Amino acid sequence: MQRFYFDHNATTPVSPEVLEAMLPVMTEVYGNASSIHHFGQTARKMLDAARKQVAGMLGAEPQEIVFTSGGTEADNLAIFGVATGAAGHVVTTTFEHPAVLAAAGQLDHTLVPVDGRGIVDPDAIRRALRPETKVISVMHANNEVGTIQPIAEIARIAAEANVVLHSDGVQAVGKIPVNVAELGVGLYAISGHKIGAPKGVGALYVRKGVALKPMMFGGRHERERRAGTENVAGIVALGRAAEWITDHAEAENRRQRALRDRLEQSILDRIPDTRVNGAGSPRVPNTTNIRFDGIDSDALLIALDLKGFAVSSGAACSSGAPEPSHVLLAMGLSRLESRSSIRFSLGRSNTIERVDALVEALVESVTHLRKLAPAYA
Amino acid sequence: MPEKPLAVAMSGGVDSSVVAGMLRARGENVIGLTMQLWNQRRLPEIQSDKATGRCCSLDDVYDARAVAQTLGIPYYVVNFERDFEDQVVKPFVDEYLAGRTPIPCTLCNNFIKFDRFLEMAAGVGADRIATGHYAQIRWNPDSGRWEMLRSVDRAKDQTYFLFGLKQDQLARSMFPLGAMEKRAVRELARELGIPTAAKPDSQEICFVPNGDYAAFIDAYFREQGIAPQEVAGELVTADGQVVGEHAGVHHFTVGQRRGLRVAAGEPLYVISTDPSSRRVTIGRDRELLSDRTHARELNWVSIAAPVEPVRAEVKIRNKHAAAPATLLPTSDPDRVEIRFDDAQRAVTPGQAAVFYSGDLVLGGGWIE
Repeated sequence: MQRFYFDHNATTPVSPEVLEAMLPVMTEVYGNASSIHHFGQTARKMLDAARKQVAGMLGAEPQEIVFTSGGTEADNLAIFGVATGAAGHVVTTTFEHPAVLAAAGQLDHTLVPVDGRGIVDPDAIRRALRPETKVISVMHANNEVGTIQPIAEIARIAAEANVVLHSDGVQAVGKIPVNVAELGVGLYAISGHKIGAPKGVGALYVRKGVALKPMMFGGRHERERRAGTENVAGIVALGRAAEWITDHAEAENRRQRALRDRLEQSILDRIPDTRVNGAGSPRVPNTTNIRFDGIDSDALLIALDLKGFAVSSGAACSSGAPEPSHVLLAMGLSRLESRSSIRFSLGRSNTIERVDALVEALVESVTHLRKLAPAYA
Repeated sequence: MPEKPLAVAMSGGVDSSVVAGMLRARGENVIGLTMQLWNQRRLPEIQSDKATGRCCSLDDVYDARAVAQTLGIPYYVVNFERDFEDQVVKPFVDEYLAGRTPIPCTLCNNFIKFDRFLEMAAGVGADRIATGHYAQIRWNPDSGRWEMLRSVDRAKDQTYFLFGLKQDQLARSMFPLGAMEKRAVRELARELGIPTAAKPDSQEICFVPNGDYAAFIDAYFREQGIAPQEVAGELVTADGQVVGEHAGVHHFTVGQRRGLRVAAGEPLYVISTDPSSRRVTIGRDRELLSDRTHARELNWVSIAAPVEPVRAEVKIRNKHAAAPATLLPTSDPDRVEIRFDDAQRAVTPGQAAVFYSGDLVLGGGWIE
């Protein structure tokens, strides 16, 4: 069976140019970047080059980039690195990724709600601030509905209050232009495997002057902000992926936006009682989250998978059984509405033909499922 | 296009694994589905490392997934936790509070496995399901009905829990193990290379660790914020004499001897429980005997609803040897009177009365 992948917000395949860049590193560049000899120096050189590439993508200085094991570690480092200590309060939102929500949950924290369009109100952030607030954490783009948050506006509020703003940029980078200086953030997390690099590598942007305590202790790697021998091949891959984004993302995102709009419009036109979650809000160009009234999204997801189309509904719990999306519930959808919603996230491999084939499969599956649902009989 | 898919309910145990394996070997287009029914981490106070008879643990899902991978079939976990709590766990607790002794497995079969699961299977394109139940289904062209029969392995027979299945549910269900001995099932598991071939059988009620349902109900009460004193009451004799106190009617079931803590010249048993007064009546063994009872919310399986008295063997609990009786229709078509040839011990409200004619399951209902 031919299989088509429409779940790029979950993870992406390693891009060909990234694989090409990292493969020789795995076999040939085996030195420890901390070593003084030639082998170490070669590894160090590659790390420095990758750091420049990542910094270039974000509009940062190379020394402001801390490599991590991925997005979750970058988010954890941002929150614990700033808010740990006596009376450290965190302000974040109800629809963050668990990497932020669960980390904030370990500390004194306030959750700011999002509106029905999937946007955080900066004023609500302002109202949640306390004298002891150490860090504000708001995602740049939401993973499930793709809505883009007013980070620059929140950054002004953070600056006035003299609080560090962290933004989880895992779902924004590569999809929209990101310039950390223009955004005004103090911290910004990215993940390799969402942008064509492999799993196991990510980075945290730390603005010069932001005091960050390490979470891991050991050697003096990453300017004493993240101990542990560097994952050179992974970091080289992340650097190459960043360079590709700097050079090609604009055109690719235009292409994906057209495909996404075609997918969305075809679904709305051809399948009655459907609506787009987060419609009308600024959104990343590859994501659409659609509610199919009267449908159990688990059944639709499985039916599509059996036809070869990979999509997503909510987040999976440890057993692999889907749970209703906390993001959609936070946006005010009912449990039932949330369980009728499917996320489609496009990537470089998707074409018009594949999008059209997905629409045909959807029409067939939704029609079949609604025939079985009493309300649609 | 391959054959129309067939969904197998995979628990991670040997039986359902063998079902998936034998259907796959037969060339069916098998999809494995595991129902996530209960979050085992939810009531941590009653959990222990040695807990037996648990469903839906991460280990079970791991096992089911490993079997699916070995067989090379598509596999998914579906989340029915909310339905399970509403349709099985809450009624289970309510029944105990109402002084009855419920059978959650029957509710689960009626409302989850042969309802939600069938619906999910149909939704993903599988018009038929197969499970690891020990029971047999056959079509009778003369009566135009699907019939249910006890399994060949009488010790494993599960028809007592399946009397609630309707004709349309039977029409879409397969019980491939009904014609097999358990020993042969384990052998087949090894032949098919199923990694869980040696896993012990599950026991008791799947969401209740170690079969301690009273501890489960107590923990569930605490989670729901119900104080213990609201269920505590008195132990009385048949003539109304108060002989002790108890921590809740849900600790008692008709015929129970254990845990009464009342000194008497001869063994005492629970005769009945009355939830409104929270009184538990105790008495001697012979006070437990009754020669008749009523069953309601009937479901007729292998025969249409009778209008005349019918002879049958009636099973009043899972381990009961079915007793000869006459079923007398009442003015309410949903209710029969059961007259046993010989008085039966501990006829327990809330348990099922399942009617047999030899191996054939005629139907059943709930004891009033």
